[in-house]
Amino acid sequence: MNVLSRTLTYVLLAAVTFVLLFPLLYAIAGSMMTPQELASYPPVLIPSQPRLQSFVDVLNAIPLLREYANSVIVSLCVAAGQLITATLSAYAFAFLRMPYRNAIFAVFLATMFIPWEATIIPNYLFMADAGLINTYGALILPFLAAGFGTFLLRQFFLSFPRDLYEAALVDGCGHLRFLATILVPLSRPALASLGIYAFLQAWNQYFWPLLVTKTEEMQTLQIGISRLRDIESAVAPNFILAGTVLALIPTLVLIYIGQRHIVRGLTAGALRG
Amino acid sequence: MEAASSGGRAGTRAAGRRLRTGLRVEPAAFLFVAPSLVLFAVFVFWPLLRTLYLSFHGSDIVGRPTIFVGADQYRLMFSSPTVRDVLANTFLFSLLTVIPSLLLAVVIALLLQQRIAGIGVFRTLMATPFAFSVATASVVFAIFFNPGVGVFNSFLQLFGQHPVGWLTDPSRALASVAATTVWLQLGYCVLVLSAGLGAIPEELYEAARLDGARALAMTRHVTLPLLTPTLFFLLVVTTITSLQSFGQIHILTRGGPAGATTTLVYSVYVNAFAFGNSNFGLASAQAMVLFVVVLAVTAIQFGVLERRVFYR
Repeated sequence: MNVLSRTLTYVLLAAVTFVLLFPLLYAIAGSMMTPQELASYPPVLIPSQPRLQSFVDVLNAIPLLREYANSVIVSLCVAAGQLITATLSAYAFAFLRMPYRNAIFAVFLATMFIPWEATIIPNYLFMADAGLINTYGALILPFLAAGFGTFLLRQFFLSFPRDLYEAALVDGCGHLRFLATILVPLSRPALASLGIYAFLQAWNQYFWPLLVTKTEEMQTLQIGISRLRDIESAVAPNFILAGTVLALIPTLVLIYIGQRHIVRGLTAGALRG
Repeated sequence: MEAASSGGRAGTRAAGRRLRTGLRVEPAAFLFVAPSLVLFAVFVFWPLLRTLYLSFHGSDIVGRPTIFVGADQYRLMFSSPTVRDVLANTFLFSLLTVIPSLLLAVVIALLLQQRIAGIGVFRTLMATPFAFSVATASVVFAIFFNPGVGVFNSFLQLFGQHPVGWLTDPSRALASVAATTVWLQLGYCVLVLSAGLGAIPEELYEAARLDGARALAMTRHVTLPLLTPTLFFLLVVTTITSLQSFGQIHILTRGGPAGATTTLVYSVYVNAFAFGNSNFGLASAQAMVLFVVVLAVTAIQFGVLERRVFYR
């Protein structure tokens, strides 16, 4: 590559990176500005005197820590639930012989093609009838099983050395013991991908938590952040941005550290062969 | 079953096929799939049937189904101009999100393939939008779109242009919400395309180079054809995601101005849950239409088009 095209590549890369990063940079910078500075024209992009007052304000205005805790509890339970149900069913599909196995697997796959929004009304009615509105149950229960997770783990289990499985069975190893002591430890990469994927999906949910949470104490972080605008009549952007930055920290850490796992989980459906 | 008929282990290609042979039938297998099946029955299949049932019924003031109305809700949906607008908005919104997302993602993914110093840093940084949820991205973009202090109008002002009502002008609002969605999806699209590019064997480039292919010809005749399965996968996934978009509409525009950003999913929300409407009948009919559309998009992937996509 000659100097010209190399320079051009860097310029393009820098420009694209700036645009993609801009909302994050702006949120961080803006959260440390005064409302006046943020509203000034021409726009200022670096705070002249960084201040943390907006973070204090936002923590005082809404139960952000409680919302954080709600999101963590819900996302962890959903991830753990999906890992358990998907491991069990993927084990059956990959290792065990049963009548109608293909038909049952098709049922699992079918769930991937039914948009959640198409079933959201009856699910809401169900939660209302069960008295679960505004509880963790409503936020967690519908997402404890997922066809995608089963599909992903089954693919991984199918590449598991058959000899190891047979040897374990010959040694009198039961299904659950084989799962717990051999298969799960050896499948950690796939399980990590699914775990992170399920966690992020639950963490980012908006529509369902909006419907089933009714009090600030039960709101997830996403709902809390989106309601920052409604708190005061003329709320300043720096206050909203401070809340957003706080909400972004866990996912930023997760994507920069766990990118390898995320890519594997996300692209599992995209690549074949 | 396939396992019984495919016979011995020799000569089988796929690892999966090999595993399926010579296993004893395990009644316990049902216990392993039971937890998932029960959850699917309660939270996926039964609700889907109930949506279908609700869509053929009227609803009382709290949304409980009343009398059987046949296909009236569907007829209303396709005949009433406002509800027809909803379908048009949905289609336009998908178009405005999917096409820019894919085009930009291809360009970015190709840039990230260049073997130059520091490319790893760019690659990591470009995954940043991925850390944003629909809610956090929409909240930040709402500030960008703000007519007074927002950066988009500041940018226009720099070039002596008049400020624009990004979210309040009915002719612009849908595109503004779509732009937010494009930004939000871009990280994912780039990740997937980069993985697809990484899977293209080096020898093919080597061979093309020996044939005297220049960089641009290589991209056109080697990279893009081999990338079509990945692109196709993304096309389907982003189409489905855009059809399901809800949070950005709820946060940025509440479906307005004058219904200009009310898509199918948002309309389901408005009819069923907003302002105490509880029109579960109409909302369910719209939910069924959404289901059929998503199913059709998926079916296209599996059936018709996939055969025409280039495979190695």
